[in-house]
Amino acid sequence: MEPFRTLTALAAPLDRTNVDTDQIIPKQFLKRIERTGYGEFLFFDWRRNAAGEQDPSFVINDPRYKDAKILVAGKNFGCGSSREHAAWALSDFGFRCVIAPTFADIFFSNAGKNGIVLVRLSEEEVATLLQNAQKIPDYQLTVSLQNQTVTDAAGFKASFEFDPFRKFCLIEGLDDIGLTLRHSADLDSFETQHDHATWLKAK
Amino acid sequence: MSSEPKTLFEKVWQQHVVVEPKGEPTLLYIDLQLLHEVTSPQAFEGLRLAGRKVRRPDRSIATVDHNVPTTIEGRLHIVDQIAATQIATLRKNCAEFDIELYDVDSREQGIVHVIGPELAITKPGMTIVCGDSHTSTHGAFGALAFGIGTSEVEHVLATQTLPQSKPKTFRISVEGALPQGVTAKDIILAIIGQIGTDGATGCVIEYAGSAIRALSMEGRMTICNMSIEAGARAGMIAPDATTFAYLHGRRFAPKGADWDRAVAEWSKLPSDPGAKFDRELVIDATKLVPYVSWGTSPGMVAPVTDSVPDPASAPNEQERKGLERALEYMGLKAGTPLKDISVDRVFIGSCTNSRIEDLRAAAKIAAGHKVSSHVSAMVVPGSQAVKAQAEQEGLDVIFRAAGFDWREPGCSMCLGMNPDILAPGERCASTSNRNFEGRQGRGGRTHLVSPEMAAAAAIAGHFVDIRNWEVRDEVAV
Repeated sequence: MEPFRTLTALAAPLDRTNVDTDQIIPKQFLKRIERTGYGEFLFFDWRRNAAGEQDPSFVINDPRYKDAKILVAGKNFGCGSSREHAAWALSDFGFRCVIAPTFADIFFSNAGKNGIVLVRLSEEEVATLLQNAQKIPDYQLTVSLQNQTVTDAAGFKASFEFDPFRKFCLIEGLDDIGLTLRHSADLDSFETQHDHATWLKAK
Repeated sequence: MSSEPKTLFEKVWQQHVVVEPKGEPTLLYIDLQLLHEVTSPQAFEGLRLAGRKVRRPDRSIATVDHNVPTTIEGRLHIVDQIAATQIATLRKNCAEFDIELYDVDSREQGIVHVIGPELAITKPGMTIVCGDSHTSTHGAFGALAFGIGTSEVEHVLATQTLPQSKPKTFRISVEGALPQGVTAKDIILAIIGQIGTDGATGCVIEYAGSAIRALSMEGRMTICNMSIEAGARAGMIAPDATTFAYLHGRRFAPKGADWDRAVAEWSKLPSDPGAKFDRELVIDATKLVPYVSWGTSPGMVAPVTDSVPDPASAPNEQERKGLERALEYMGLKAGTPLKDISVDRVFIGSCTNSRIEDLRAAAKIAAGHKVSSHVSAMVVPGSQAVKAQAEQEGLDVIFRAAGFDWREPGCSMCLGMNPDILAPGERCASTSNRNFEGRQGRGGRTHLVSPEMAAAAAIAGHFVDIRNWEVRDEVAV
């Protein structure tokens, strides 16, 4: 996983709430067995009109936001299906950070495993960023995971909470399985005991 | 023994703590992982790349459900080559890593959240995960069951554990007797309508109260299934005599003295009197009615007797825009009575409502009636076992006589990964769990309802209040 420390990048505004993972990556793209190559399918249905042509009014089709690495969106981003393909699509498209008032739980976890930093700001702060990203050309934000702040060149500054362990993993780019295997001895002894609980056996 | 009263969730959680490293999430032991073709290929590939093995193949079960066709011909020859490759990949992975697979031609095949319980692989007190958000279904047995992403699937395969932060607890007590015609589906739609699709984010819900205790296991599964639609990490219901009666004698239920021991252990799980929850909500079951969703999120629901809401009445600008967008997508005008909305398609199935009791309820409504001439309706049993049971009871005959298609088991039109999809603009009464834009096919319009309401809509051609339905032929079930 690519480490994340500080990111200064263009911000794209997606002024919608409850953006579900079915919208982030529609089901017809979940049949592949690879982890890569989902970027072109990101927000597939929203990016195209009924005839299948690119809709230039949709934010990530707009050339202004071509190089955006930060997505700003409404509350409850990533709700619905557990498909990690949603995180893969965002990451493959180039997003390294999403800023929203709240995120759904499973998406939150999936994003972290793919080096995407999810930043929770207040509804008011997000509203400000949405407006700025719409109105100000080449609107850049700096997200510092180290300092847990979001800033812009015009003096906007907001701080956010972040789980210390998750922060450590993202900054170091650590692999979860490797981390868990540090506890192998504990796991072995727990499992030996736990296997006696026949009422918790699968088969 | 500590005398501090504990919740059901806390008891299950505590029994699975491997280690609580300082400053890190708890490492939680996972008793069972359910696997399917869509969210597992990249996990197995990850294991191979890292040279890792599956730690406990005996604690995993796999089946194919998400993209299998629901016609016999379709299953014999899967036309969609990408879907066929995904199924073949699961087959190869299960063989290589020694995991039991209930393949498309097996008698045990079915939707992963239907077969776990019916084979009694799912048991009270377990921790259960699956790369599918509706894993919350298994909480109906008093298990802690939640959906995970593919990286986590790989993590569980490799270590049989997951690092987890402890969620908050939220008890929703549904008290009183459900009125006639009001079902478990209506309870959960009412709850989501009230608390919203992010109303339980970060929480494990425990459903309690006399209305929940009175439900069958099928009804309890319907409720726990949709916990995720309220944003919850999981939903749980305390195991009781109904739970034990359901499990007793099933394939992987403990037998003989092991059964007695298991019941004794499971009986310790219900929340202790005085146990503290982070949040509480009480719902009066006697006031509930049949619900219909009218929008593009499971929180956008209303009683069948109501009308499509007016965006002008939204409390703020952002909500107003959201409502306008939903009504535009759904092709609905504010103020239209829900009963006046006609449907083109009806889907009875999905991990929410495809169990035998759901099919019996729908058949009771359909018996002696005919599907409206402008409606195409299908019934997709949740598993081969449900299908066989329904056929033994003659439900397939009732459905076919009424003009419903009777299909092979799978997830089908709940998410339309197989050939069962809506055409753009088509409107569907569906017993599934999500009415997101495009969920059942691009441009498709989904209305979530109970099996009874779906069957009635198929026959009338529009939504009807099931409480006024004329039951014609008494189904002997």
